[in-house]
Amino acid sequence: MQHVLSGSDTHAAQPAASALWWPAARLLLGLTLLLGLVYPLAVTGLAQWLFPAQAQGSLLQQQGRVVGSALIGQAFSKPGEFWGRPSATASTPYNGAGSGGSNLGPANPALAKAVAERIAALKAAGPLPAGPVPADLVTASASGLDPHISLAAALYQVPRVAAARQLDAGKLAQLVRQQALVAWFGSDATARVNVLQLNLALARS
Amino acid sequence: MMLQFYSLLAVFMLLLTLSARPMGAWLAPLAAGQVGPRWQTLDAALLRLAGIRDSGMGWRQYALAVLVFNLLGALLLYALQRLQGLLPFNPQGMGAVEAGSAFNTAISFVTNTNWQGYAGESTMSYFTQMAGLAVQNFLSAATGIAVAFALMRGFTRRESTDLGNFWADVLRVSVYLLLPLSLLLALVFVQQGVPQTLAAYSDYSALAGHAQTLALGPVASQEAIKLLGTNGGGFFNANSAHPFENPTELVNLLQMLAIFLIPAGLTHAFGRLAGDRRQGWALYAAMSVIFIACASGVMAAESQGNPLLAALGVDGSSGNWEGKEVRFGMAASSLFITVTTAASCGAVNAMHDSLTALGGMLPMWLMQLGEVVFGGVGSGLYGMLVFAVLAVFVAGLMVGRTPEYLGKKIEAFDMKMVALVILTTPALVLAGSAASVLLAPGLAGLANPGAHGFSEVLYAFSSAANNNGSAFAGLSANTPYYNALLGIAMWLGRFAVIVPVLALAGSLAAKKTLATTSGSMPTHGGLFIGLLVGSVLLVGALTYLPALALGPVAEHLMIWAR
Repeated sequence: MQHVLSGSDTHAAQPAASALWWPAARLLLGLTLLLGLVYPLAVTGLAQWLFPAQAQGSLLQQQGRVVGSALIGQAFSKPGEFWGRPSATASTPYNGAGSGGSNLGPANPALAKAVAERIAALKAAGPLPAGPVPADLVTASASGLDPHISLAAALYQVPRVAAARQLDAGKLAQLVRQQALVAWFGSDATARVNVLQLNLALARS
Repeated sequence: MMLQFYSLLAVFMLLLTLSARPMGAWLAPLAAGQVGPRWQTLDAALLRLAGIRDSGMGWRQYALAVLVFNLLGALLLYALQRLQGLLPFNPQGMGAVEAGSAFNTAISFVTNTNWQGYAGESTMSYFTQMAGLAVQNFLSAATGIAVAFALMRGFTRRESTDLGNFWADVLRVSVYLLLPLSLLLALVFVQQGVPQTLAAYSDYSALAGHAQTLALGPVASQEAIKLLGTNGGGFFNANSAHPFENPTELVNLLQMLAIFLIPAGLTHAFGRLAGDRRQGWALYAAMSVIFIACASGVMAAESQGNPLLAALGVDGSSGNWEGKEVRFGMAASSLFITVTTAASCGAVNAMHDSLTALGGMLPMWLMQLGEVVFGGVGSGLYGMLVFAVLAVFVAGLMVGRTPEYLGKKIEAFDMKMVALVILTTPALVLAGSAASVLLAPGLAGLANPGAHGFSEVLYAFSSAANNNGSAFAGLSANTPYYNALLGIAMWLGRFAVIVPVLALAGSLAAKKTLATTSGSMPTHGGLFIGLLVGSVLLVGALTYLPALALGPVAEHLMIWAR
């Protein structure tokens, strides 16, 4: 009886576990070679050939010198520049080799304290319009490298930048609006501005 | 803002639904263990090269093969991390990864969890990223899909002990499915701005006046499989929030679609194998209902903003901005948050620790449901099928008939396996969380005070045991205590589920398939979809609501009561 059962049950019969190690190892190493070296190196080759600028980090130059990446924010802090979002990256703000957010929970007193300090710093740096502070301008981004601020946060800084640079605020606001990118299915309320590009445009004008 | 969100959600669901069918058509022959006539020469050559004889395995042998393959994979990944200082492609001169972290990361990537206890750009060499982490992104995905195939075969084969051949399944899924999809997606990502280079990090003097070092690497190739395989382990610490991993709205949409693509296609492939496509669409519908409800909930919570900051003079009308990226805003962030936790992906484009209390609770709950709302590649389908068996069992009890699913009689052994699958992860999550808030080394990791601190721990164990991998990342989890405990939770959450699923598959395959009669309960209509959704939500609610009340619910009441 026992014999008959195991006969009808050949597949389910216990194989020696050791018989599995060799095919497993061979498959693992073969696929590591294909998926871990051939694949990424092929993508690298194709990427460097088809899209070299993007593949190397979308670097931006000013007068022949690299001054940043179009995709990565910087720690602008002078009154005559537009500022990006607060950054919680490791060791220094906008550390391109140490991305990360603050991870502060919504009820954490440390969050309210940090935001209050940022509002005070904005007020100390120059004139501001009346009304509430745009939220993205005083809260840390997820990556700590966010290249954008909302259009509202850029317009909010126009009086300060205009005063520091002795420019006409209306014309400066126009420059800001020219830089605005509209979000998918979005409106003015969800439009954004790349801070580095805006400051480069400002330097050119 | 709500209009923007619902427009995005509609486009997303439309594209996903349109892609489910072609993906299912691609997956179905693989699930049946077949290769198209034009591919047979290549297939035979590949099998010969790998030394594989495509012979059928019983469920025990299939399970042993899964365990052996993944154990070896974990050992190799551990060794690569420890030895990376001696290996090539290491322009930044990264040294050996610390032993506890390497152990945790090896398990994390092999189990398709991809919990990130480390910061990629300051820890891992390019070689470890490519040949270690990315390889397990492929292989853990292929393992999950193979197990789903085995369960599909269990339902559709009659009086058979043959669940297919694990080696052939892994090889075919990797080479015919994941590799071409990844190659295509990686190139689109590069075009959009995701770097792909072996050069060292870029140093320059930034326009803002400070020095800036820019971490680079072979990012796009890893990013593509990170999403397609519902892995979620980022190249960089900030994961898909990093502008180099996820630079544009288009990439963000493609990332979300890539996460759901294979899980959605698998439901359709299941329908094809069952000989009744409505069976697949019923699963798809049940998943979609839960997904759309949760996504809307997250968006509603996040667009409320934070009243504690509004009190300081911050504009609350634009939503809760801490830990979010401007290019995604509330709409694309909320959708991504829901997608990544409904599927067991765990990539993040916003920092979940900084979500509103309820906006953070929903993703946590989606993980706790067992990652069956699309879920991980493979694991989502096999998890949902287990709930489908539970649903017909409950329905059978109500009317006093022997439960059946696809003509297979559900008996005592099958229900024991179902119970094992459904109870294993909650036990790991609740016991792990309880231990960690009682023990000093567990409490030492908390970053936020009060109820939110408990949420961090609950989220960590929910994420690990359900193989998601996202985090309330304030928790300092790179400690011996959490590396060990979460490592164990990830391993058991994966393989203590896979083994009973394969046992169930073996038991079902051995049964006769009964003919459908007027007395059989249809499992493709609205009634069954309702029963299935009800079973998933009821199990999830009964198991977790007490714990959730102590964390996010308490936090929400605290914030809004002031």
